[in-house]
Amino acid sequence: MKASLLAVPRGFLSLLTGMRVTLTQFFKPTVTVQYPWQTLKMPARFRGHIELIVDPENGRYRCIACKLCERACPSACIVVDGAKLEGEKKKSVTHYELDFTKCSLCGECIEACPSDAIRFSKAYNLASTNRNEYDYDLMKTPGPEEKRP
Amino acid sequence: MSFLLTEPFRLLLSILCIVAFVGGNAAYLVLAERKGAGRFQNRPGPNEAGFGGWLQPIADVGKLISKQLMVPPEADQLLFRLAPLVVLTPAMMCLAVIPFGDTVVARNINVGLLMVFSFGSINVMAILLSGWASRNKFAIMSAARVVSQNVAYEIPMLLVVITLLMATGTMDLSEIVRQQAGGFWHWNFCRVWINPLMPVTFVIFFICMLAETNRAPFDMAEAESELVAGAFTEYGSMGFGVFFMAEYANIVLGCSLATVLFFGGWQTGLGAVPAAWGGWGVLVGLGFFMAKLYALIFTVIWVRWTFPRTQFYILLNLSWKILIPVSLFTLLLSSAMIKLLPR
Repeated sequence: MKASLLAVPRGFLSLLTGMRVTLTQFFKPTVTVQYPWQTLKMPARFRGHIELIVDPENGRYRCIACKLCERACPSACIVVDGAKLEGEKKKSVTHYELDFTKCSLCGECIEACPSDAIRFSKAYNLASTNRNEYDYDLMKTPGPEEKRP
Repeated sequence: MSFLLTEPFRLLLSILCIVAFVGGNAAYLVLAERKGAGRFQNRPGPNEAGFGGWLQPIADVGKLISKQLMVPPEADQLLFRLAPLVVLTPAMMCLAVIPFGDTVVARNINVGLLMVFSFGSINVMAILLSGWASRNKFAIMSAARVVSQNVAYEIPMLLVVITLLMATGTMDLSEIVRQQAGGFWHWNFCRVWINPLMPVTFVIFFICMLAETNRAPFDMAEAESELVAGAFTEYGSMGFGVFFMAEYANIVLGCSLATVLFFGGWQTGLGAVPAAWGGWGVLVGLGFFMAKLYALIFTVIWVRWTFPRTQFYILLNLSWKILIPVSLFTLLLSSAMIKLLPR
């Protein structure tokens, strides 16, 4: 009897508690990211498709076209070509192709690279209606901060 | 310019003002509701359509109007078309007797409160009509729910209003406001020497008002998780829009009534009586009325985005087991106190 009578004011107070909670949320800042206009910075360990690193000293790709990445790739989605330029001892890359439809972002290629010439990019706006657009020529793809069209 | 003072012109102006007030409120309370819902959930709400979302209602209305008004072939052709009209008209009519300011009232009649409650119940009939006419199982279930819900909540609401009428002794809404002049402690909400449970009567009134207007957490009529959209399932285009308008018109009406009955209407609550200052005073009073009205409407939105929808039997239990006994008790208590205590 007493408990059921007390349940009414107690229930009402619990309603007020709930309303206090929502009102405090009402005055907190919003957390929405207005996606097309605003984007979040991708986390450091985000894995986009791989990209070639440019050596800042001479402005050329670090890749020496050793093809270790090609061999390390479990999905066989990398094709590398290189050539010896005039007056140089090492080969340099002339063609680097990635079939992103097969790539599983495992990172074996990056592990295998002896000259630290490839890394994961931060690109994620990669939707397309055409399968052929995922055959990336990495010597032409835009840099990590730019979005692909 | 003498025709400006004639009665037909005043009538026309009143009708125009009420229709514009209802339309504007319906459009922008939807935006306020969506923006408010956003803020309660830490998101900004609609903010794309023009000037940070301020043109959203216009876009919504344009979209609703441009759609075809479909009547299902199996539906009752007359009642299906009639229901949106029946749902909106009473709410607009009731606003005619609400005193927004000392002289800002379309038609002051001495049984204003009675009129509001008699027309206010038609809202339920309109939803019953729409549910019945739609010939849709969800709509029928919704109609049945609305009727039993409103039968349950009309009783404590009227008991509470009778308690209040004992204190005021009149059904004239303007007179009720004038009685609450001179400081917020004279508002019916705070007149504990008439009945120490006055704040409780307001809470009961407010809960019943939410239930009567089918607002969350009592929106069993719409209950989109169970009944699609309940009685509105078959409605599209502006037919659906009118039901939405009626919901907000009813909220405005309910909150206006709560302002008049419990919070001193256009009285400032600081002791001064704005009506005594002439024309500007009326405007000041109107401002105070609107401030109280929108504070209450904010509370309605706040309640909606705080509490989840109740189950139907819990809803009926709340009315029959708690609200009706408590309101009967307040009725008895205030009648005893008015009889026994010296005035």
